[in-house]
Amino acid sequence: MDFGPHLMLAILEGAVTAAILALTAMGLSVVFGVMRVVNVAHGEFYMLGAVIAWFVATTLGAHPALGFVAALILAPLLVGGLAAVADMLILQRIGYDPERTIVATIGMLYIIQQGTLMTFGPDARPVAPPFNSRIPLPWLEWAEGKLSFYYPWGLSITSYKLFVIAAAALILIALWLFMTRTRAGLVMRATQQDSAMAQAFGIPVGRVYALVFGLGAALAAMGAVLVVPIQQAHYLMGHDPLLLSFIVVIIGGLGSLPGTVIAAVLIGVSDGVISVFFSPTLAKITATLAVAMVLVFRPQGLLGKKAH
Amino acid sequence: MDRALALHLGVIAALGLAYFVLPAYHAGNLARIMVLAIYAMGFNLAFGYTGLLSLGHALFFGAGMYGLALSMQHFGAPTLPALLIALVASALVAAVVGALALRTKGVAFMIVTLMFAQAGYLTALYFSAWTRGEEGFVLPQALRRFAGFDLSSAAGRYFAALLLFALTLLLIGAIVRAPFGRALIAIRENEPRATMLGYDVQRLKWFAIIVSGTISGLAGATYALLFGYAGASFAAVPYSILPLLYVLLGGAGTTLGPLVGTAFMIYLFDLSSSLTDAYMLIAGVVLVLLTMFLPQGMLGTLRKRALPWLP
Amino acid sequence: MAALGAAGAPAILQTRGLTKTYAGVQANVDVDFDLPTGQIRALIGPNGAGKSTFVGMLCGRIPATRGTVMFDNKDISRLPAHRRIRLGIAYTFQITSVFTGLSVRENVALAAHRAGGTEATVTEVLARVGLSDRADQPAGDLSYGHQRILEIAMGLAQKPRLFILDEPTQGLAESEVAEFKALIRGLSGTTILLIEHNMSVVMETAQFITVLNHGAILAEGTPEQIRANPHVQAAYLGTEDA
Repeated sequence: MDFGPHLMLAILEGAVTAAILALTAMGLSVVFGVMRVVNVAHGEFYMLGAVIAWFVATTLGAHPALGFVAALILAPLLVGGLAAVADMLILQRIGYDPERTIVATIGMLYIIQQGTLMTFGPDARPVAPPFNSRIPLPWLEWAEGKLSFYYPWGLSITSYKLFVIAAAALILIALWLFMTRTRAGLVMRATQQDSAMAQAFGIPVGRVYALVFGLGAALAAMGAVLVVPIQQAHYLMGHDPLLLSFIVVIIGGLGSLPGTVIAAVLIGVSDGVISVFFSPTLAKITATLAVAMVLVFRPQGLLGKKAH
Repeated sequence: MDRALALHLGVIAALGLAYFVLPAYHAGNLARIMVLAIYAMGFNLAFGYTGLLSLGHALFFGAGMYGLALSMQHFGAPTLPALLIALVASALVAAVVGALALRTKGVAFMIVTLMFAQAGYLTALYFSAWTRGEEGFVLPQALRRFAGFDLSSAAGRYFAALLLFALTLLLIGAIVRAPFGRALIAIRENEPRATMLGYDVQRLKWFAIIVSGTISGLAGATYALLFGYAGASFAAVPYSILPLLYVLLGGAGTTLGPLVGTAFMIYLFDLSSSLTDAYMLIAGVVLVLLTMFLPQGMLGTLRKRALPWLP
Repeated sequence: MAALGAAGAPAILQTRGLTKTYAGVQANVDVDFDLPTGQIRALIGPNGAGKSTFVGMLCGRIPATRGTVMFDNKDISRLPAHRRIRLGIAYTFQITSVFTGLSVRENVALAAHRAGGTEATVTEVLARVGLSDRADQPAGDLSYGHQRILEIAMGLAQKPRLFILDEPTQGLAESEVAEFKALIRGLSGTTILLIEHNMSVVMETAQFITVLNHGAILAEGTPEQIRANPHVQAAYLGTEDA
């Protein structure tokens, strides 16, 4: 393949990564935005979503589309419920102290990850996509003095991948409507502004926090259900999304929702492009160091505003 | 001689005796516990005494481990020079990472240290021609000698571990009572107040990270030397979390907490290995329970309830 | 107005054009301030007059937007807080700030040792403020009043040349305020800058008073002059003591 088609393929693959990442990182960002805590177990909620999707799909055993739809509903509900319970049992008891919350969520990370290893096992397991037709993509060529279309070999995307991008966009729009147009969303944003004040106005802050923590985990689980037909379910699969979500949330400005989406697109697409053209390890090293430097020298994020 | 020093010397003597009393299996375990306790003591200086919660100390442990193992493996360096290289390597890494990461505080500091350590781990994977990546490499037994002692034998390993553990414990004991250590505690307790007493808080924290990182590097180098193996998994995220676990369990900001916590966890891992391979599950459960019910750890609670003089 | 009290002794502290702006709001505007060596000076003014911001800029806790601070004829405007403290400035916080997890003795020792003091300094200071019998208690277990006294003890242990106290008697009982006045009067040789709301403390301890209003110096003078100043009465005394 020539450079042009190759780059286009990389960007398309990157867009799929970006879509999943936007969902996952949004979960982390919502939790940080409202509760001011960093959830290190976030990647494991993602992994759980994928594992539950596999479980639902294999249990139902019917048409892949049926299993997929069931998983898309069940996995976020189960994962969100588990997270809400964990919030009430653990995080609420330690008063959301920032450092102790990180230590506790590190503990949760290993409990979920190793618990999955013991039950689900160490193997990677596939889930069939609900539909998956190959769509060849055209490329322009300047030949014999005129512009012509042709279909380079290997330049294609699947209908499922396009669906992932669309589905992620829809979920994000729904989330935005939920946060801005519903009473529950309003309550969440009021709690984000000032939890003491919200408490004084009779908002049950404890329940709001449990709900937000559950919502954050559910978003990660949705991302995972979408990704699992492309990438198999595995008990260690939560690690990279956690790191990438951190990166996105940091670049986008901690707790800023529009910033999170922009950063997810930026990171997802560049991750796709870099890993097609360079060694993935070297790309990860560079990205990780770059983000550490952003935090060191511009802690409000690249897109965030400087606090006075 | 005061109580704190007497206690430290007593613990060291008891560990020396233990080799002759305990069955070989437990002596072997204890050698490993002492090496990992060096690591936990290094971590404790930053976390327990200065209040700097790093999630990236595996970087320093790894720098020490590879500093020693690579110079032995690829350049045939003898033990002492290799150990020196390891210490210099980890001190340098700690100095650079500390200078950068200390521009941040709290949660940002935790994430930045985590990311630097992740970059270090990936670097070890990237140069797998030298490090052999996750799989790692075994150090030639012929090189693992010091002053005529075979460090791969049970006795050589045990007493080398004890010697380095004892030196580190006495060093930490001295540091935390010296003006430097008192100042670190002041920073942990109330940073703005320490600044307004004239303490150069940034510089003191930086020194704390360098000393902490160098001790962690010593632990990494010792591990490679005594157990004859170096691999990238020792630089990965779990190895940054484990010293936090040991220190939290034993008691942050106590000199002997790291040893107690390490011993406790290693035996817990050991016991659980008959039930499951997923030993990090135990780590997770203990971490959650500690944050909820025993935030000051075993010795921290003991100090608060009964023995206020405990160092 | 600034020339009301001509300073005889050389100034240990001078500011010129010291200004602090928070997001467009001016907390201090072009403050020119002279403090002669050895003087006990009170800095008064209504709430929000910019007193704490002003002393914060003196000791380096708050970066100035512009202007200079001279200490002992040396420009310290660009020095970080800890370097200013080391030159001989001590500062007590408006909101009590001690090392609550450490013993009372250790609190004072941390202050004394940094400034080159010994164990003898610590013992002497503890005796002077009447905390000797509580030396081994954790500072966090002290009553509020005793914690404020401990703050002052930490300042004393630094043997400062300039001692800045931000509302030291806030929340103290009457008897403790009386002890505080005696303590301050007994500090001969130390230059003191005192932010204070309690007028009896101001009138009985200060040799000279600076009144700050809306971030600028409104008046300066002896306690008698300030008491008689109609501008001050209008801006401050009239409202505060009503």
